Amino acid sequence: MKRPAGQHPGSIVIVGCGRLGAMLASRLSRSGSRVVVIDHDSGAFALLEAGFSGFRVTGDAVEHDVLREAGLAEAACLLAVTEKDTLNLMVAQVAKTIFAVPQVIARVYDPTFEALYRKLGIHTISPTSLTAREFLRVIEQESGRP
Amino acid sequence: MKVILVGSGRILYYLARQFNRKELDVQIVTPVKQEARELSQRVNRPVLVGDATDPKILEDAGAFRADVVLALTPNDEDNLAVCQIARQMYQVPRTIALVNDPENEEIFHKLKVSVAISATRILSIILEEQAGFEEIGKLISVAEGRVSVAEVVLREDSPAAGRSLESITLPAEALIGGIIRGGKVLIPRGGSQLLAADRLILIATETSMDEAMRTLVGNDGK
Repeated sequence: MKRPAGQHPGSIVIVGCGRLGAMLASRLSRSGSRVVVIDHDSGAFALLEAGFSGFRVTGDAVEHDVLREAGLAEAACLLAVTEKDTLNLMVAQVAKTIFAVPQVIARVYDPTFEALYRKLGIHTISPTSLTAREFLRVIEQESGRP
Repeated sequence: MKVILVGSGRILYYLARQFNRKELDVQIVTPVKQEARELSQRVNRPVLVGDATDPKILEDAGAFRADVVLALTPNDEDNLAVCQIARQMYQVPRTIALVNDPENEEIFHKLKVSVAISATRILSIILEEQAGFEEIGKLISVAEGRVSVAEVVLREDSPAAGRSLESITLPAEALIGGIIRGGKVLIPRGGSQLLAADRLILIATETSMDEAMRTLVGNDGK
């Protein structure tokens, strides 16, 4: 579809349709959210569930026009989950500063970015930190057993 | 003064060469080993191999002591990250970024990159100036490109020639800042007569420039 869901308030824009992006998009779409997914490679949309009812935008999210086309100006939430930390961080900051999106979350692999971008007002999630925490929790739990 | 140069390609070499002459303390950071080796030989300086969006690499490059960081990669997101890391984590006072997509200039300014240079924008300004009407001289743009200052030469058949300034209706966001006649600068007043061969300094917003041109010289240069 040429004219995506952007005109409707409350949509969720997801940048990056890798495994994480596709999973988030599929689940949010299934639970009734209006979802727009952006990826520079249209082949990436194959990862979406068959029942995905959201919109797909092919383009480089570092370009404002692509974000505009995805209806970012009216979106309630942006999730930046490409494979590249710096791209996620830039898209997140553009969403917050230029498009005034209320909720913005970026995935960053490098945990050193977390503190830096928290200071700049960007909510980041680091899979590295999350995984390490879970490993430590399991180690503690299992060694704690008699 | 300590300068950290981040990027790749010839621009890096030319800048390093330039800075060598000025005897600045330059540290180059580039991601490809082969290029780093060649560059190091050519400019006779150590070159650090690495991804400067990794804070540790920037620290190794001496970010804590740097006065300026220049980010010149072909990716805007990397240039932004390098500048933000330099500023936030290492308190580098001045960060300069190449903006590849001119639409990103605004966000770079808002996010406190000291200087954002868009080659695309500079070139398009130059091109527009070249392609423009021959009577429009030296177009400079101010206020982030929203306002232009142009020098306009009146011809015998220009609509404004021979008329008083008060009889000419310019768009609201345009004004004549000066009249240059025979090497002298005249302050424009309502009663000022405009003559052929006068050079007018026209200041106008982007949207009013064409209409102001039409009013003064009869076409908008296109």
